[in-house]
Amino acid sequence: MNQTTITSTGVNPHPVNMLRKREPKWQSFLRRLLKSPTGIIGFLIILGVLFLGLCGPWVAPYDPNQAELSKKLLPPLSDGHWLGTDQLGRDIFSRLIHGSSVSLIIGSCTVLFAGLIGTTLGLIAGYFRGWADIIIMRIVDVKLSFPFVLLVLVINAVMGAGLQNIIISLVFAGWIIYARVVRSEVLALREKEFILSCIATGVPRWEIILRHIVPNLFTPIIVLSSLQIATYIIAEASISFLGFGVQPPQPAWGNMLSEGKDYIFSAWWLITFPGIAIVITALGVNLFGDWLRDVLDPELKGN
Amino acid sequence: MLPEPLLEIKQLKKFYDIKTGWFQPKQQVKAVDDVSFTVYKGETFGLVGESGCGKSTTGRAILRLQEMTSGEIWFQGENIAGLSYEKMRKLRRKMQMVFQDPYASLNPKKTILQILTEPLRVHGLYSQEERVKKAIEILEIVGLSEYHLHSYPHEFSGGQRQRIGIAKAVILQPELIIADEPVSALDVSIQSQVINLLLKLQRDFQLTYVFISHDLGVVRHITDRVGVMYLGKLVELAQTEDIFTDPKHPYTKALLSAVPITHPDEEKDRVILAGDVPSPLNPPQGCTFHPRCPDCMMICKTEKPPVIDLGNHVVACHMYST
Repeated sequence: MNQTTITSTGVNPHPVNMLRKREPKWQSFLRRLLKSPTGIIGFLIILGVLFLGLCGPWVAPYDPNQAELSKKLLPPLSDGHWLGTDQLGRDIFSRLIHGSSVSLIIGSCTVLFAGLIGTTLGLIAGYFRGWADIIIMRIVDVKLSFPFVLLVLVINAVMGAGLQNIIISLVFAGWIIYARVVRSEVLALREKEFILSCIATGVPRWEIILRHIVPNLFTPIIVLSSLQIATYIIAEASISFLGFGVQPPQPAWGNMLSEGKDYIFSAWWLITFPGIAIVITALGVNLFGDWLRDVLDPELKGN
Repeated sequence: MLPEPLLEIKQLKKFYDIKTGWFQPKQQVKAVDDVSFTVYKGETFGLVGESGCGKSTTGRAILRLQEMTSGEIWFQGENIAGLSYEKMRKLRRKMQMVFQDPYASLNPKKTILQILTEPLRVHGLYSQEERVKKAIEILEIVGLSEYHLHSYPHEFSGGQRQRIGIAKAVILQPELIIADEPVSALDVSIQSQVINLLLKLQRDFQLTYVFISHDLGVVRHITDRVGVMYLGKLVELAQTEDIFTDPKHPYTKALLSAVPITHPDEEKDRVILAGDVPSPLNPPQGCTFHPRCPDCMMICKTEKPPVIDLGNHVVACHMYST
C-alpha cells in the first residue's frame, strides 16, 4: 500500500489539485448535491411543491371550489376525501394543491423582488456611504416604525385586493430587511483588505461591487431568503384574515388557515393541513438554502 | 549618473477627525504629519517605526487607498494627489501594493487563476489565453506551479499566499511596489524565502520598492535608504548603512539599540526609553519625542525641531541645529 502511495506522489506531486481541474459546473453541482442528504431532501420538497403548483389542476382529485353542503366538515380519510372537507364541503386536499401555486408565487416573487430592491439599495448605502446612505437608511427607519401588517393593509386598501397587489405591498414592506442586512455586510466587506487590494490593482468600482462584494453577500442573502419565503406565505394568511388577501373562493394556504380558524375546536383538519404544508415548504426551502450556502462557499466545498 | 526620482512625497498629511461626544470640540489625530521624501528609480526605500507611527498610513496614502488631508505625490513627474478614481485606476498599472496580511488580502471566493488574471483583465492586457499563460508564468516565478491555478486561497499556507499576493502585484510589471510589512505575518523561516523572492523580482523586473517594516534586521538587509518615523513625523532619513552605523536622532539610537545582538562577545549600550508613545490625540508640544528623549534640552519642549541636512543625512532634531 505504502509503495503505491509513494510512487503515485512521485509521478504527480499535486494529485488532488489535478482532479479539481475543470469539472463542468452542472456535474460538480450534481455530485455535491448527491453527497448531501439534507440538500437532497430540501431539493425534493421544493421540486414536489413546484410540481403540485404547476400541475395542480391535473393532479387534484376534486374541483377545489365545488361545494357540497351535505358533505361538510368530513374528517380526514372519509368518503374519498383524504384530508377531509371544509365548512362548505370542499375537498381540502384539492384546495391545498390548488393553493400551492398561489402561495409559491407570493413567497418566491416577494423574496425575489424584495431581495433585489433591498440588496441594491443596501449595496448603494453601504458602499457609497454619504448622502445615499443617510437617505436610504432614514427611509428604512421610518418604515420600521410602521407595523408590517398595517403598511401592507394600507397599500392593499388603496390599490384593492388581488394577487398582484399583495405581492407589491409585501415587496414594499419587505425590502427594508434586505437593505439593512446587506448594508451592514457591505460595511464590513468594504474595509476588508482584499477590497483595498482590488482598488490597488486598479479594478473599476462597479466591478469591485459586482465581482468582489456581491459574491460575498450570497451567504447572508440566501439564509435570509429561506427564512423570508415562509414569512411571506404566512403574511398572506394575515392579510387574507383581514379580508384583503387572496379573495375566496380562490384557495391559498393563507386564506385556508384564516377561514378554518373558526372551526379550530370542532374540525382541527381545516387549519392543520395548510399549516403542515407551509411548514414543509419552509423546511424544504431552508434545507436547500443551507446546502446552497455551503456549496457557494469554497472553504466548505467538498466537506 | 544621477539617480532619477520616481516618487516624490511632499508635505503629506493625514489627519483623522475624532468626535468625542456631542457638543465637544472635534479633535484631530495626526496620523501622518508633514512627511516628505523622495524615492529613486530602482532603489529600495525603507520606512521604519513602531506600530502606530503612521508608516502604513503613509504607504496607503501614496497609492491613494486612503484619502489624504493635504500634500503632493509626484509619480513620474505627475502629481497624482488630485486624480479622479478612473485616472488613478489607469495609473495603478505602474504602482502596486503587497499587503501585510496574506490571509485577508485575497478574496476567499476566487480561484488563484481569477486572482492573478484580474489585474491583466481590468487593464485590458492580452487575450484570455495569454492571460492564463502569464498567470502560469508568474506562478512559476514566485515558486508555485500550474497545479495551483484552480485552488482557492484557503488551501494555501501563509507563505504561499504571500507569494500569490506578490505575484498579483508583479504580474502587471509595475514600476513601483509598496510592500506594507510583507513578511511580518509570516514565520521566520518563511520570511527569508519571501524576502529573497522580493529581491530576485527586483533584479529581474527592475522594480522600485517602498518597504514598510518594523523589523530592523530585514530593513538593513534589503533597503538602500531608510526613513525613520515617530508619531506621524519623519525624524531621520539617510542611507541604510549610515543609519545603522551612525544614527543621529536620539529616537533612532534607541530603536537600533533594541536590535538583538547576534554575536555573544559583542557589547553595546542599550538605550531604554522611559514611558510610552504619547497619544497622537494630543502630541507633546515642541518636539514630539521630548518627553522620552534622553538628550532633551529646554528648547525641545517649546519649539518644533527644524529639518537639518547633514549631507545626505537628514535629521529633525535640535541637537544638530547651530
